[in-house]
Formats: sequence, C-alpha cells, structure tokens
Amino acid sequence: MAKSAKIQKRSQNFVVNLVLIVICVIWVVPILGILITSFRPSEQIFRTGWWTVFPHRTDVEVARIKIDPAVDLDGEILIEPTNSTIEGRTPSGEVIEYDGNPLTGISATYEDFRDGVTLDDGRTIQWSGNRRSRELRVYDRRWVGFDTNLTLKNYKDVITGKTITYRDAEGRTITRTGNNLGGAFLNSLAVSIPGTIIPILIAAFAAFGFAWLDFPGRNFFFTIIVALLVVPLQIALVPILQDYVKMDLNGTFLGIWLAHSGFGLPLATYLLFNYISTIPRELLESAFIDGASNFTIFVRLILPLSVPALASFAIFQFLWLWNDYLVALIFLGERNKTVTIAVAQLVGEKGQDWHLMTSAAFVSMILPLAVFLALQRYFVRGMMAGSVKG
Amino acid sequence: MLNPENPEPKKIGILHWFSSTFGQILISLFVPAVTFLVLWQGYLFLSRADVPQIILVIVAIIWGVGGVALLYLVANWLVLKLPKAWSKRLQPFVFVGPAIAIMGWFLALPVFRSLISSFRNNYGTQWVRLDNYIFAFTNPRMLETFRNNLLWLVFGTGFSVALGLLIAVLADRSKFEVVYKSIIFTPMAISFVGAGVIWKFIYDFKGAGSEIGLLNAIVVALGGNPQPWLTIAPWNNFLLIIIMVWLQTGYAMVILSSAIKGVPAELLEAARIDGASEVRGFFSITVPYIKGTLLTVITTIVIFSLKLFDIVRVMTGGNNQTNVIANEFYLQKFTYGHDGRASAIAIVLLLAVSPVIIYNLRIFNKERKGF
Repeated sequence: MAKSAKIQKRSQNFVVNLVLIVICVIWVVPILGILITSFRPSEQIFRTGWWTVFPHRTDVEVARIKIDPAVDLDGEILIEPTNSTIEGRTPSGEVIEYDGNPLTGISATYEDFRDGVTLDDGRTIQWSGNRRSRELRVYDRRWVGFDTNLTLKNYKDVITGKTITYRDAEGRTITRTGNNLGGAFLNSLAVSIPGTIIPILIAAFAAFGFAWLDFPGRNFFFTIIVALLVVPLQIALVPILQDYVKMDLNGTFLGIWLAHSGFGLPLATYLLFNYISTIPRELLESAFIDGASNFTIFVRLILPLSVPALASFAIFQFLWLWNDYLVALIFLGERNKTVTIAVAQLVGEKGQDWHLMTSAAFVSMILPLAVFLALQRYFVRGMMAGSVKG
Repeated sequence: MLNPENPEPKKIGILHWFSSTFGQILISLFVPAVTFLVLWQGYLFLSRADVPQIILVIVAIIWGVGGVALLYLVANWLVLKLPKAWSKRLQPFVFVGPAIAIMGWFLALPVFRSLISSFRNNYGTQWVRLDNYIFAFTNPRMLETFRNNLLWLVFGTGFSVALGLLIAVLADRSKFEVVYKSIIFTPMAISFVGAGVIWKFIYDFKGAGSEIGLLNAIVVALGGNPQPWLTIAPWNNFLLIIIMVWLQTGYAMVILSSAIKGVPAELLEAARIDGASEVRGFFSITVPYIKGTLLTVITTIVIFSLKLFDIVRVMTGGNNQTNVIANEFYLQKFTYGHDGRASAIAIVLLLAVSPVIIYNLRIFNKERKGF
C-alpha cells in the first residue's frame, strides 16, 4: 500500500516536471532561435534554418555526375565512366576524381532521376536543375556536427550608422547605411533614465503630501488619481500632440519625459502613497516636534525609508520606458529615435534582413533582460503591489 | 552655478519678513529667475544637433533629473520665505502640486479635450454631432477591429490566465519551481517590438528552397506545404495572440503563484482526507480562495488586450484583417490625419475600460486607507 502510494507520487512528480519542461522549452526556443541566428553569416541565415547549427542528419552532396551531350535523354539513361564525368567528395570533404567507382551501372529514366533514385547503400541520385543541365547530384545522409561558422559581423553592422555591406539571400552584395542602433541605444538611455527618475521623484513628493499633509481638496485629488489609474493613454495623444506642436516640444527629450511622467504618475503616486502612509506616525511626529520642516522630513526620513518601494517602481517604469514603442513613436519619431523604433523600422523596411533584425532585437533586449534578471525580486514585489488594485 | 541651499531659510519668520529689505525681495525674484535661465540654457543646448551624441545624452540625463530636483528646492525655498500662515497653507501644494498639474495636463484634461474633439470634424473646424461615433460603431473597418479586440480579450486573456494558473499549480509541486518560473517570466522583460521580431521569424515564409521559419519547417517535416501564415485570415489573429500569451503568462503565473501559496495547507489536506481528488480540491478550494487575485489578474490582462498596439503594428500593420482598435486609432490620427475620428476611437477605448475605473473607485471608497 505504502509502496504503491510512493510509486504513484513519483510518477506524478515525473508528469508534473515533464509538462513544465515542455512548456519551458516552448518558451525558450523562440529566443534561442534569434540568438543563434544573430551570430550566423547572412547568406547562411537565408539558406538554412537556425536549428541546423546543431548536430543533425542531413543529405550531404557527395558527388556530381555530368552526362555527355551524346547520351540520349529519352528512355533509360545508363551511367558509365564512358558517357559521364563523375566528380566526388570523400567523407572528409576533399574533391576527388571517381574512376570506375560503384556509382556506375545505374540506370533510370530522366523522370525517375528528377524525382530522385535511392541506391541500395542509402545514397540518392537526383537530377539537378532543368533537363538540359545534364547534371546529377549524389547525396548521402550523414551526421553533421555543430556549425562553428559564427560571426559578430551582424552586430557590428547593425550598431554602426556608417555604410555596411553584406550578402543577401541570392548571394548578391548589398551596400547600404547601417541602422545606427548604437545611437538609438544612447537615445533610449536618455529617455529611460530621466523618464524613470523624474516621475518617481514627483510621485514621492505627492505621495508624502497626500499621506501626511492636510490641504483642501486632498480627498478629491486622490480620488481623481485612482480614477486615472487605468485611463488608456490614447486619450491623451491627440490633445498633447497639439500642445507639443505649439510649444515646439515635439521630438525633444523634455517632451517625452513629461509625457512618460504624466502616464506613469497615477500608478507611481498610488503605489508610493500606499507605502508611505504605512510609515509609523510616531516616527514622523517626533521629527515634527524636533522642529524639522516638511521638506527636511521628506528628504531625510521618507525617501530613505521608501527605498524598497521606490526601487520596485523604478524597475517597473524603466522596463516600461525602455520597451515602449507607441509613446516614443509619437513624441520622438525620427528625431532621437529609440531602440524600439529602430528595430521596428528595420522590420518594416524589408522584412527579410534577418541577420540585422535578429541582432538588433538582441541589442534592444540586453539591457532590460540584465536589469530584469538581476533585480527580479524587486520587480515582482512592485508588480504585486501594483496588482492589488486594477 | 546656483546654490539653492539658502542658509537656514526656516528661521525667517513674519517679523523678519516685514523687516526684510528691498534686497530680500530682489533675491526672492533673482533665485527663480536664475533657475529658470539655467534650465532654459540647458534646454537650448540639448536642442542643438552639432554636439556629439554621447555628451548630449549625458547632459540630458543630468539636466532632466537635476532640473526637477532643483525646481522642488527652489519652490520650497520660496514658499518658506512667505509669511508663516501663507507658507503653511501653500507648502502642501509644493509637494502635490507638480504631480497634480502633470496628471491634469496629460490625463485628466485630455479626457475632456478628446471628448470635445470627438464631436468636431477631422480638422477641428466644425461641429459634426455624432458623426465620428457613427463611424466608430458602423464602419466595417471598425467592426473588424472590434471583432479582433474581442478575440484578443477572450483568447489572449483566457490562455494567459489559464496557462499561468496551470504553471503556478504545477511548479508549486516541483523541486525546480524557481527555474521554471524564471524561464516563463523572462519574456516580461522583452519589448513587444522585440517579441515581434522573435515571432515573425518563427512564422517566416519563403515559399522556395528550405524554409527558415520554425513553424513552416515543422509543417514541411510533417509532410505539409509551407504557408504564409500571417496573411491567412482570420487565423493570423490567433498567431498574434500567441505572442501576447507568451509575454503575459509570466505575469499571471507570478501573481497567482503567490496567491496559491497563501491557501492554507490544512484545508487542502482535509479535502484529501475526505477523499476529494486533486482536481476537485483545486476547483472547490484553491480557486475560490484565490478568487480576488484571479479577478485582478484577469482585469489587468483584459485592459492590456484592449489597449494592445505594438504587436499588431510590427507584425502585420493591421493588414489581412488583423486590425485592432489602438492601431486604427494610430492610423486615423497619424496616417490619415483624422483628429475627430481618432478622438472618438480613444473615447471608445475609455468607455471600454470604464467599468474597471468605476470598480477601482468603489473599492477605494470602501477602504479609504489613510483618509
């Protein structure tokens, strides 16, 4: 009885882990795909899937047979050294001349060759190209090891704003201007760092005001903030853009900081209010009695005590800003473009430059991934606090 | 430059104020003026294009963050120079004023401004009554976006939450919980644009030679023909929804996971002793226990799916019947320049989330924490 329960438990554990592993693999494979692709030479990306860098069995071309022009292609075609030239490769890949090799003596019609003829030893012979080419290729299924032909060129090409050259799907050499992702990266920093700190600073001041100071309209204003928590930012785009055009703020960093502050403030104020209002009253009152001003109390007491809440929201906001596309697209646009805009442009331009798109996507992901993995605990804490309400 | 740390401004009382000389008033005017000048010069410097970008960026960061801190310091300093009664009355507004002003400008007022412009024509020159709303609710394009947003709402939210819950429950029983959870959670750090590239590559279609998109490669390996997946309506919507599920499941999982850990073990144990199966125990004990959290997660993802924009914009641009409300808003405003219609669409979005706003306000009024 006890033994069967143990076995049942173990098999249950096995199923649980299996299901989770399958889900995790599905989750990781998409990222792995572009990570590997971003390191492959451009021509290879277009020719074979990224999974071919792993050891796998595939048809490897081992020989070519050229049939002499004299041979009649209607009816059975017999391959012999007398009527064809056979070029082959040894398993190690060196080109060698075949003479009187085991490939001779095979006969089939053109149609059969076109569909592929499988030999007794597992090799296949297939007509290559059109009828007039008179060329047959011999394939052998072999194991291919790890592809070590990896390069950093894609990253270099996509980061620079200078002229770059690469080979496209058809092997043509393409020359064009780089996408300057390096510059876009800097712009993203210029948007995200102040765009994170400014609203947090403003929200911390406001949260302190709402939690500890008394003023007319306090209740009213805070109710409005709660109502604004889930207002879609689309509502603001038309009017704010009109204002920005009038004020000449369009395309400036100041404009986008203000916009992100506006959109991030309700949540920031709300979260920080929840945190700051739980700071023990006695702690602040003793400071008030000591004659400290509100400002001093805020800077010396409240800010240091709220560091965990500030950090949580900071990570949240930073990731949000770094990954934002809509607000940047509208208020920054081409001038001072951010990484998300640069990557989206690359996708829109041609949609086939996978070597650039994949490396660009990875450049855009490096910083948020690093921040995220390093500070995941704070992020989760902030997310929990934020999700208590809408 | 400017030193905002005025020597002990707190000690200036009413008497000092009245006995203050002309110079005192002059300083009170001078300090804000200098502050403004410094910030303005910084702004002009940043507008110049001939500076190396890296310097521009560093200056922008310092100027932006420092500027805001400086404004608070100067405002506080100024308020403290006022007579005590006034300074006490005004000081709270130094703290909450900027936040209220910015939220008012960027969110509260735009609600009314968009409302007004939604009743005017596309160039803001004439009143057109309900024309824009008639467009928003009857135009075939708009109806298509409503259908698609409904798909996103139902399937995007449904799959994210269901999968998140499943993973949370399963991971709770595994020794490697942390590993599984961080893998599922990682896409949260990736932008929708980045995710767009990742999945576009999976759905890639060449039509000739060996396929390099994973989905088509699998189809070919199973003996099928490669398909241009993103152009096949209406199924392409589901392919886009998968991207959202990939991004959002982690969120649902983390929140639900912590709620599940809060379910008292004795309750589940009691159910087990009474002979209830694991599944039964889950639905009759765990789910009711985490109902509140579940509702919150669902609400958050529903709002997210209503506002969804980036994925559609990057993957299909809204073509091939994949358009959504937020993308149509973008098209109306920025491709066609139709301010009236765009505003009406924004108001429709606001109406869609308004139940959540009302719910939030109700909860807030009930709790009144700290008020």
